[in-house]
Amino acid sequence: MYKDGYKSVFENYSGAQDNLISLLQHFQKQSGYISQECVQEVARFLKISENHIYGVASFYSQFTFQKPGKNHIKVCLGTACHVQDGQLLANEIRDLLGIQSGQVTADGFFDYQEVACLGCCAQAPVVEINGQIYARMTTTKLMKKLSEYE
Amino acid sequence: MSNYETLRREAGARWDALNSSQSPLIYLGTASCGRAAGAMQVLEAIRTTLEELGSDAQVIQVGCIGPCYLEPLMDIRLSGRPRVSYGKVTPQKVPRILQSMLVEGEPLPKLAVGHFGDEAFTDQTGIPRFFDLPMLRPQVRVILKNCGLIDPEDIDHYLAHDGYQGFVKALSMQPEAIIAEVQASGLRGRGGAGFVTGKKWEICRGATGSPKVLICNADEGDPGAFMNRSLLEGDPHAVLEGMLIGGYAIGASHGYVYIRAEYPLAVVRLRHAIAQMREKGLLGENILGSGFSFDITIQEGAGAFVCGEETALIASLEGKRGMPRPRPPYPSDKGFHNLPTLINNTETFGTIPHILRNGGEWFNRLGTPGNAGTKTFSLVGKVRYTGLIEVPLGTTLREIVFEVGGGTEKPFKAVQTGGPLGGCLSAEHLDTPVNYESMQQCGSIMGSGGLIVLDESTCLVDLAHYFLSFAQNESCGKCTPCRIGTRVLVETLEKIIHGQGEPHDLEVLSNVSDTMRNTALCAAGQAAPNPVLSTLKYFRSEYHAHIHDKFCPAAVCKDLFEYRIDAEKCTGCGRCIPVCRSEAIRGEKLQPHEIDVTKCAKCRACIEVCNFDAIQGVPVSSTVERLDVGTFTR
Repeated sequence: MYKDGYKSVFENYSGAQDNLISLLQHFQKQSGYISQECVQEVARFLKISENHIYGVASFYSQFTFQKPGKNHIKVCLGTACHVQDGQLLANEIRDLLGIQSGQVTADGFFDYQEVACLGCCAQAPVVEINGQIYARMTTTKLMKKLSEYE
Repeated sequence: MSNYETLRREAGARWDALNSSQSPLIYLGTASCGRAAGAMQVLEAIRTTLEELGSDAQVIQVGCIGPCYLEPLMDIRLSGRPRVSYGKVTPQKVPRILQSMLVEGEPLPKLAVGHFGDEAFTDQTGIPRFFDLPMLRPQVRVILKNCGLIDPEDIDHYLAHDGYQGFVKALSMQPEAIIAEVQASGLRGRGGAGFVTGKKWEICRGATGSPKVLICNADEGDPGAFMNRSLLEGDPHAVLEGMLIGGYAIGASHGYVYIRAEYPLAVVRLRHAIAQMREKGLLGENILGSGFSFDITIQEGAGAFVCGEETALIASLEGKRGMPRPRPPYPSDKGFHNLPTLINNTETFGTIPHILRNGGEWFNRLGTPGNAGTKTFSLVGKVRYTGLIEVPLGTTLREIVFEVGGGTEKPFKAVQTGGPLGGCLSAEHLDTPVNYESMQQCGSIMGSGGLIVLDESTCLVDLAHYFLSFAQNESCGKCTPCRIGTRVLVETLEKIIHGQGEPHDLEVLSNVSDTMRNTALCAAGQAAPNPVLSTLKYFRSEYHAHIHDKFCPAAVCKDLFEYRIDAEKCTGCGRCIPVCRSEAIRGEKLQPHEIDVTKCAKCRACIEVCNFDAIQGVPVSSTVERLDVGTFTR
C-alpha cells in the first residue's frame, strides 16, 4: 500500500485527476518541496504517470523540487515594486547570498525567490522574510534586516 | 425565509450592543497591506498597553479601508463619541494615543487623521472627517462599503449591514427575473474584458448540460493590482453572497473560488467565512428552507498568470497544466469537465448583492451610459496617496491621479493601466474618462483595475522590458506567436537598454507586436505587446535617447548613465559616504563630494540618504574624463 504519511492524506481525496494540484500543494506545504517519493506515491494514487505529474508541477511556479533553506526570502517584483526600485533589492540579495532566484545557499541557511506580486503594492517595494512582509524597503534597511539573521 | 429574519435580528442586536457598549472599541486594519506596514506589532503594543492601563477596551481587526499610505490605521471609539482614526501608527506611538484617548478621554488632533462623526466634532477638535480626506472625498463606495468598517471574520457584522438580503430577495424571484435585473444594471465583467454580466448569465442558464458549475476567478495575477485581495480580506461574504445569487440564477449547485496562493490571508478569511455560512444555514442543502442547495470549494492557484484566462483556469481546476484553449466553445457552453460553466471575476460577484438589494436601475445610474456603476482600482506607484479606491466609471484619469491620488512628488510622466496586458498613457490622456472603450482607444486596457502612476524617475523602455519579461516568463508556450514573439521582444528591448540598440530595432518591435496581436491564441498573448506599442507611440523619444544618445534620461538603465554629484546642491554633509558599500564616494566635510564612477555600483544607497537631491544621472562620459574624475586630485 501507500507509504506512511500518504495514506491518511489520500483518504480525503476522491482519486480523480482534479485532485493533482491540491495534493501537490498539500505535500509541499507539509515538507516544503515535492520529493521524488511524493511524485511516485501521488502517481500511484491518481493512476497517472510520474512524467505527467512533473509536466503539470513544473508548469506552475509555486512547486519546487528541491529542499528549501532554513529561512525564506522573497523579493516582490510586481509593477509597483519594480518602479520603486525592487530590482535593486533583488540585485543586492543575489550579490550578498551569491545565489539566483529559486536557489538555496550552500549552507542551507537561506532560500531566495523573486515573485510576481505579493499584493502589497501601496507599500512598495516589499520584501518577505519567513512569511512577514516588510514595507517600503530600501537597500540600507534590507541589509540591516538581513544582518539579524546571521 | 423566517430563518433569515431571525439571523438578521440576532446579528443586528449584537451589532447594536457592540456600538452602544460602554467599553471603548479599537479597530485595527490588519489586512495584508496593514500587516506589511507593521499592524501586528501595533496589535501587540495595543494589548500590552491595555493590560497596563487595566482597560476593558475591545480590539476588532478589520480589513483595509483604502488609504494604504496611512497604514497601519488604528481607530478608537469611546462610548458615545465618533470613531477617531490614527494613521502610520507605530508600537511606540500606541501608549501615548491610548493613554490620551482611554484615560484622559481626549483625542490627539496632531496624530489623528480623521473621524467618523459629524461636522460638530470637527469644529470641536479640529480633526477632519475621515471621508472628507482628499483621497476619500471624490470616491463613491459601493463594493467597498463594508471594508475596514466591519470584522470580516464575523458573519453577524455582515448580516447587520444588510448582508445576504440580496440573496434572500433573489430566492423570492424567478431566475429569469434575477438575470433581467443584472442585465438592467449594465454591469460588465470586472476582470477586464467587460462582457455584459447579465448576458453571460443568460447564455449559461440557457445552455444544455447538467449540472452547471460556477467559478469565481480570484486569480488576481496582474502585478500591481490588489483589488480582489482587499475585497476578500475585508468583506469576503459580499463575494460569497454574489456566488449564491449567481448559482441560483443559472441553476448551479456547486461553485469554486480559484484564488491565488500568494494571498494566504484572503484564503484563511474565505475558509472562515464559508464555515460560518454553513453554521448559519446559508450554505449546503436546502438553504434557508428554500429548496435551493449550493456548496462552495476553494481551490488555491499554483502561481501561473495565464490561469486568470478562463479556459486556462478551468484546465488548472481540472488538475492540468493551465493552458488556454481556443474559444468557442465558450465555458458557458462547455467549461469545467465540459459542463456549462459560469465564470466571473471576484469583483463582479462582489457587486451582485448590491444590485439585487438596490435594483439594477440604481446601479446603472452610477457611472456613464454603457459603462455603468463603480469600479475599484489599486492606485499605486509614484502618487502621494497610494491605496485601494472606488470611483464611478467615467471618472477621468486626471481626477484619479491628481485628486484622489494627490499627484506626484516629481513631475508626472505616465500612468500604466491594465496590468502587463495594458499600456502606458501620457499626460495628453489625463482628461480621458476611464472606461472599457476609452482605454482601448488609447492603446491600453482598463483591465482589472491596476493603476500605476509613473514620474520622471521611471524609464519607460525599462518598464516595457519589465512587462515583456513578465509575459515571456508567464507565456504558457502553447502558441508560437506568444512563445517566440515575447522572446524576440525581450531580446530586442534588452539590446536597447544595454546600449546596443540600432534604429531598425524599433521596426522589429512594432512588426513583432503586430503579429502577436493578430495571431496569438488567447487574450494574454494578443495583448502582451501593448506595453511596447503604447510606449513606442507615446514615449518614442525615450527609445531614441537610448538608441541614438546611448543615454537613459530617467537614470534607470545601468549601462546608459552614471552618477555625478551636483556641486551646487551638495552641502558636504557626508551622509552618503558610509552607506556606499563600493567606497566610491569621497569628500571633505562641508565640501562638495565626488563619486568615483569606476567604483560606483549604481545601487542608489547614496540617493536614498541624500536630502538635497544632489546625486544625478548623467550621460556616460568618455574614458579620458573618467580617469580624470577617478584620481580625485583637486
